[in-house]
Amino acid sequence: MKFGGDLHQYEVMGRKVPKLESEKSPLYKMNIFAPDDIVAKSRFWYFIKRFKKVKHSNGEIISVRQIYEKKPLKIKNFGVWLRYDSRSGTHNMYKEYRDLTTEAAVTSCYREMGARHRARAHNIHILRVKEVPAAQCRRPHVQQFRNSKIKFPLPHRVVGNWNRPRFTTTRPRTSFK
Amino acid sequence: MVFERYVEVGRVALVSCGPYKGKVCAIIDVIDQNRALVEGPSTKQGEEGVPRQAIRFKLLQLLPYKIKIAHTTRSKALKSAWDKESISTKWTTSIVCQKLDARKRRQLLTDFDRFKLMKTKQRRQRLIRLCMGPKPKDKANK
Repeated sequence: MKFGGDLHQYEVMGRKVPKLESEKSPLYKMNIFAPDDIVAKSRFWYFIKRFKKVKHSNGEIISVRQIYEKKPLKIKNFGVWLRYDSRSGTHNMYKEYRDLTTEAAVTSCYREMGARHRARAHNIHILRVKEVPAAQCRRPHVQQFRNSKIKFPLPHRVVGNWNRPRFTTTRPRTSFK
Repeated sequence: MVFERYVEVGRVALVSCGPYKGKVCAIIDVIDQNRALVEGPSTKQGEEGVPRQAIRFKLLQLLPYKIKIAHTTRSKALKSAWDKESISTKWTTSIVCQKLDARKRRQLLTDFDRFKLMKTKQRRQRLIRLCMGPKPKDKANK
């Protein structure tokens, strides 16, 4: 399963197809983070199969709806609870991200898990994503931005102009006061 | 090494890359180590400003201007603070802005414009040489 690009949040609802007309099967709803709705549906069946006696072959998806961020221009602290398989076992984790949207935070999470723990996307289950109030943030890299009077310079700026010119006799300028 | 331009709420910055390249905006809040939430009202008439968005610090060039705003102020309050410090005027009259505009104009020159420029420069040089008079004979280089 490729989780490339930016992930989107989908609300997928599905149920087991009732054999008889009178039979009523319960409707299940899941919040899935996936690159598109097709992958979202696939992941929905993957998870539902693990919890309930429903499969794609005997079930039907009632609705797939993309969930958009209510306030995409408000900076939030997200707590992500996840479960992932490492090479030797499966572990739970709690990670924090400071971002504008839930999808962006979860995308960062997948990238970070790949980078720090070599965890592939298919090995990661996002258990829960929640906006955490600033006072309840646990991670120092998020807490350090809890400052309304934040102020820092940009020292040693490396400007990524690698090709112009490729060979030069002058050292690059990295300090812009 | 003492720094003069800090990333802080209200710092005015120039966007150096992307769809809003060359436009000026103010840092409204800091998201994390790499990104800021910025917004910039339009500085020139007919030109759009920078809509509120997250931009990486790598794409920003901090300017020596600062406005007094609280973090995550609304667009209206930002615009009034911007106008109070007259950032638009300060920016458009600054040397950096003028040089950027000149560079843009030079890029948009057509071949005919370049020809006209060459002819104008030639004429100017000829007038200057006429005023200077003939060059005296170089005795030192003999």
